[in-house]
Amino acid sequence: MNDLSVKHLLGIKYISEADIQLIFETADHFKEVINRPIKKVPSLRDITIANLFFENSTRTKLSFELAEKRLSADVINFSAASSSVKKGETLEDTVNNILAMKVDMVVMRHPNPGAGVFLSKHINASIINAGDGAHEHPTQALLDAYSIREKLGDVAGKRVVIVGDILHSRVALSNIYALQKLGAEVKVCGPLTLMPKHIESLGVQVETNLAKALNWCDVANMLRIQNERMEITYFPSTREYVQQYGVTTEVLSKLNKPITIMHPGPINRGVEVSSEVADSEYAIILNQVENGVAIRMAVIYLLASKIKQYEK
Amino acid sequence: MSKRTLLNGQEIQVILQRLACQLIENHSDFKNTVIIGLQPRGVFLANRIQAILEAELKENAPAFGKLDITFYRDDFRRGDKILQANQTEINFIVENKHVIFVDDVLYTGRSIRSALTAIQSFGRPKTVELLTLIDRRFSRHLPIQPDYNGKQVDAINHERVVVKWKENDGEDVVEIIRLNDE
Repeated sequence: MNDLSVKHLLGIKYISEADIQLIFETADHFKEVINRPIKKVPSLRDITIANLFFENSTRTKLSFELAEKRLSADVINFSAASSSVKKGETLEDTVNNILAMKVDMVVMRHPNPGAGVFLSKHINASIINAGDGAHEHPTQALLDAYSIREKLGDVAGKRVVIVGDILHSRVALSNIYALQKLGAEVKVCGPLTLMPKHIESLGVQVETNLAKALNWCDVANMLRIQNERMEITYFPSTREYVQQYGVTTEVLSKLNKPITIMHPGPINRGVEVSSEVADSEYAIILNQVENGVAIRMAVIYLLASKIKQYEK
Repeated sequence: MSKRTLLNGQEIQVILQRLACQLIENHSDFKNTVIIGLQPRGVFLANRIQAILEAELKENAPAFGKLDITFYRDDFRRGDKILQANQTEINFIVENKHVIFVDDVLYTGRSIRSALTAIQSFGRPKTVELLTLIDRRFSRHLPIQPDYNGKQVDAINHERVVVKWKENDGEDVVEIIRLNDE
């Protein structure tokens, strides 16, 4: 205890329940820090962090950058759209070039699953996976579980249903790992065309009926339909998807108890959730965003504390 | 490892009363004064001082907070142990207030240096003073001295001064523990 078991955060699969609890306890303190009049601490003033985004991102990138700056780290940003990746440079070369500028930590989003794991074997810096293809998005899962803990007091024993496009979602996989490690029960819900094969082997049940799933759960995590990753048609029309799987006030009013609605963003209003639901008291979508900064500060702080420069 | 008792419960009680009286002497009605216990162990001392002041001054007793300095320390990444934080609880702005830091043992002065940085996140205090139960003389790394002091001791480097509190450790006592010096 008292220390993370890993040097990198590549996925929830690779960390333990004790690691998650340590991250949560540390995030509690950072959440207090970011609500102060001056929201900054000097801990990481001699650490340089590179944010490498080989894929588009708005909130994750902003959230990481804010977390890094709140910790006083030096930050450099890189996005693939404006880089030499287009000129044919390999991932390892790109990153090694950046590390040659004395960078201590890399936050990376990449379209290929396993990019973070690959990099961790070849370079000498702490790596935080900010999403690799349809594989994992660990900080999102941590902030989701942290938001459930904050809203409901604990994650253990809670029932969580993940609704929507499970097939293309790295958030779903990381969430399943995190919630199960913390003792929650997890179901997934959506059209069978958007369910990965063998998902039951992770110990989650598939439910195709939204009303049944919502009646069963305490929390519903609504995933975005990732149109940009769909090269074939997975359901007849958006209208039909909304009729079957869209959460509206009408759907919620028929449930036997109130439930908590989460969404990792960006929301397609009127698709996964209606505007009324997204803005209602049941939704904790903006709390998730605030918690995202605290969680990322905690992860960066805990990993940075393992970088020992002064022993050399 | 050997240990000797520096202060017993009764002596601590006398010192706490004296420190509280000194605070009242300097801050009279505490209208613009706040007391801040430094986490983790300064908070026990601050609680005791606060209890005495509340009994003495009733509703005029000063506001009271806890400050954690972990993220402001100057030894991040320098030791084997990870620095773990404690709770900070300051429900007021310290802008233009007289701030009194409370900590149990003043040793190198580095914690107080960190606290001086940390407190600025809550505003610009008018003044900052320091109250300690034990001042370990001749061991300072920085030019920091207490304004209110319980007892001065001369302890050598491989000795540790441990302050125990009834509510946390079962008894009120200050001990000097001599670690085995190989």
